[in-house]
Amino acid sequence: MSSAVDTLAVAPTLTRRPGRLRRFLAHRLAAFGAVTVVLLLLCSAFAPALAPHDPLDLDTKFRFLPPLVNLSFPLGTDELGRDLLSRLLYGGRISLVVGIVAMVTTVVTGALIGLVAGFNGGWTDTLLMRFVDTMLCFPQVFLLLVVAAFVPPTLVSIALIIGLTSWMEVARIVRAEILHLKEQDFVMAARALGASGSRIMALELMPNVAAPLLVAATLKVAAAVLMESYISFLGYGVQPPLASWGNMLTNAQGYFDTAPWLAILPGAMITLTVVGFNFLGDGLRDALDPRLRIDV
Amino acid sequence: MLSYCGKRLLQAVPLLIGVSLIGFGLMHLAPGGPLAVYTLNPTITAQDIERIKIVLGLDLPVHLQYLKWASGMLTGNWGTTFFGGRPVLNVILERMPATFLLMGTALALAVTLGVCVGMLGALRRHSLFDYLASTGAMIMLSFPTFWFGLMAIFVFAVRLRWLPSGGMYELGEEGNPLDLLRHLILPASVLALVITATYSRYTRSAFIEVMHQDFMRTARAKGLRTPARLFRHAFPNALKPLIALLGTDLPQLFSGALVTETIFGWPGMGRLFVDALTMKEYPILMGMVMFTAIFVIVGNLLADIAIAFLDPRVRLS
Repeated sequence: MSSAVDTLAVAPTLTRRPGRLRRFLAHRLAAFGAVTVVLLLLCSAFAPALAPHDPLDLDTKFRFLPPLVNLSFPLGTDELGRDLLSRLLYGGRISLVVGIVAMVTTVVTGALIGLVAGFNGGWTDTLLMRFVDTMLCFPQVFLLLVVAAFVPPTLVSIALIIGLTSWMEVARIVRAEILHLKEQDFVMAARALGASGSRIMALELMPNVAAPLLVAATLKVAAAVLMESYISFLGYGVQPPLASWGNMLTNAQGYFDTAPWLAILPGAMITLTVVGFNFLGDGLRDALDPRLRIDV
Repeated sequence: MLSYCGKRLLQAVPLLIGVSLIGFGLMHLAPGGPLAVYTLNPTITAQDIERIKIVLGLDLPVHLQYLKWASGMLTGNWGTTFFGGRPVLNVILERMPATFLLMGTALALAVTLGVCVGMLGALRRHSLFDYLASTGAMIMLSFPTFWFGLMAIFVFAVRLRWLPSGGMYELGEEGNPLDLLRHLILPASVLALVITATYSRYTRSAFIEVMHQDFMRTARAKGLRTPARLFRHAFPNALKPLIALLGTDLPQLFSGALVTETIFGWPGMGRLFVDALTMKEYPILMGMVMFTAIFVIVGNLLADIAIAFLDPRVRLS
C-alpha cells in the first residue's frame, strides 16, 4: 500500500484513471445496498402492520394461489393456503434477527481474540492464531450442521452457532491492525502515562479498529443470512411452522411444476438481502479505508 | 526445497492435532455422547449399554479415550456405522469419486472462466466490461447456491426438459459416460458459479498488482507486445495468489459440494453427510468432518509447496 504514490505516478501510462462512470456507479451500488438494507430493516420491524394476514393462518380454499390474482393475497399462497407476502415479511424478520445476532457474536469473538493475540504477542499470539488456523480447516457448513444436529434449534442457538463458526477472519483482521497500531507513538504515550494494558486495548486501540470492524460486520451479516438460509433449507435451522426464507424453500422443490413462485420469491429475497449487505460493506470499505481507495 | 517441504510438513502437525482435538470434542458434545442411538432403542437394557460402553472403551478416562481414538484415526480405524456396522472410512471413501468428479469439473470450469474474466478485467481496467464483471462477481458471490440450483432445475429440467434434474445416471445407464456427462452439467455449473466469482476477483487484483511492477514497465519499454507481456511476464507472477487460493478455498468448495449434492441428489460425500444427519449416524458425521479437515490441511500443504517450487524467494526466506 506504500506504493500508492508510485501507482499514481505511473497511472497515466499504464492504466486509465478511474473513470467518472465507474466512480459514480460504484457509489450507486453502495447507495443501492444502503437503501435495500434500510427497506428490509423497516419491513421486518413493521411486519405485523404490513402483513395482510397472519403468516401461520391456513386457508385451504386458497391453496397454490398464484401472485397478483387475488388482491387479498398479493403474492399468492403456499401449499397450505398461507399468505406468501406475510410469510416473506415475517421470514425476513427471522432471517435478519439471526443474521444480526450472529454478526454480533462473530465480531465480539473475533475482535476479542484478535485484540488479545495482537496486543500480547508471544505464546498467547501463537496459540490463538493456531486455533484460528485449525478452525479454518473445517468447512463451515459441515461444522454448522453437526453442531446444529446436536443442539436443539432455537433462534438464539442458530445465531450463536453461526457466529461461533465464522469469527476467524475478523480475528485475523483485528490482529493485523493491532500489530500495526501498537507500535505507534500514541500507544507509547499512553504507556508512558502509566495506562494499564486493558486500558490501552479498550480506549486507545479499539477505537482505531472501528472502521475495518464496521466493514467486516456488514459483510458478516450477509454471510450469516446466507448460512441461516442453508441450514434452514436443509431442515436444521429455523423450524416450521415458523417461517424463514430458507425453510420456505425446503418444500418448494416439490411444487415446481404447479407453483414455481414458491421457490422463486424466498430465494430472491435472500439474494437481495445478501447483495444489499455486500454492496453496503464494499462501499463502506471504499469510504473508510483510504489505503484501498486507489486499488479498487 | 526439501528442507522447505520438511518444515512445512512439520507445521501441519499442530494443525492436525488441533483438528483432532476439536473433532473429538464435538463427538462428546453429542446428546448422550456416542451412545445416543442405543439409548433410543427400547429393546436395549441398561446392562447392554454398560457392556457397549466397555466394548467401545467409553469407560476410560477422557485423555485415554482421546489417545485411543486418535491412534485409531491414524491407522485407518475410523469406527463403524451404527446401522450395518460397516467401517466408516470405507463408507466415506466409497462416496469420494462422485464428489471429486463434481468438485474437479466445477473447479476446472470456474478457474478457466474466472482467470479469463479476471485477466480481461485487469487489462481493460475501468472499462464497461471490467465494471460489469466485478459487479457481476459481487452479485454471484451473494447468490445462495441452493437457490441457484433450484432455479437451474426449474429452467433446464422442469421447463425446457434439456437436462435431468438429479442423480448421476438414468436407470439402466450405469457406467455410460455420456449419460454421466448429461447429469454432471447442471450440478457442476451451479457449484462453479461462486468459485468463478472468487477467481475472477482474485485474478483481477493479482494482475493489477503485477502490472504495476517495474519489470512490467521495462518489458513494455523494450517494445514487447501485450500477449508476450501478459503471458510470459505477468502470468507466472500472478499465479502465486491463485494457487494459494486453491488451498484456502477448499473448505468453501466442500461446503458448496454438500449443498449442490443435496439439491441434485448427487451420490457423493455431501449427500452421505446429510443422510447421516437424518439417521443420526454420528460416526459418519465425525468421520466426514475429520476427513474434510485433513483434506484441507493436505491441500494447503500442496499449494504451499507448489508456490515454493515456482518462486525461489518463498523457500529461501
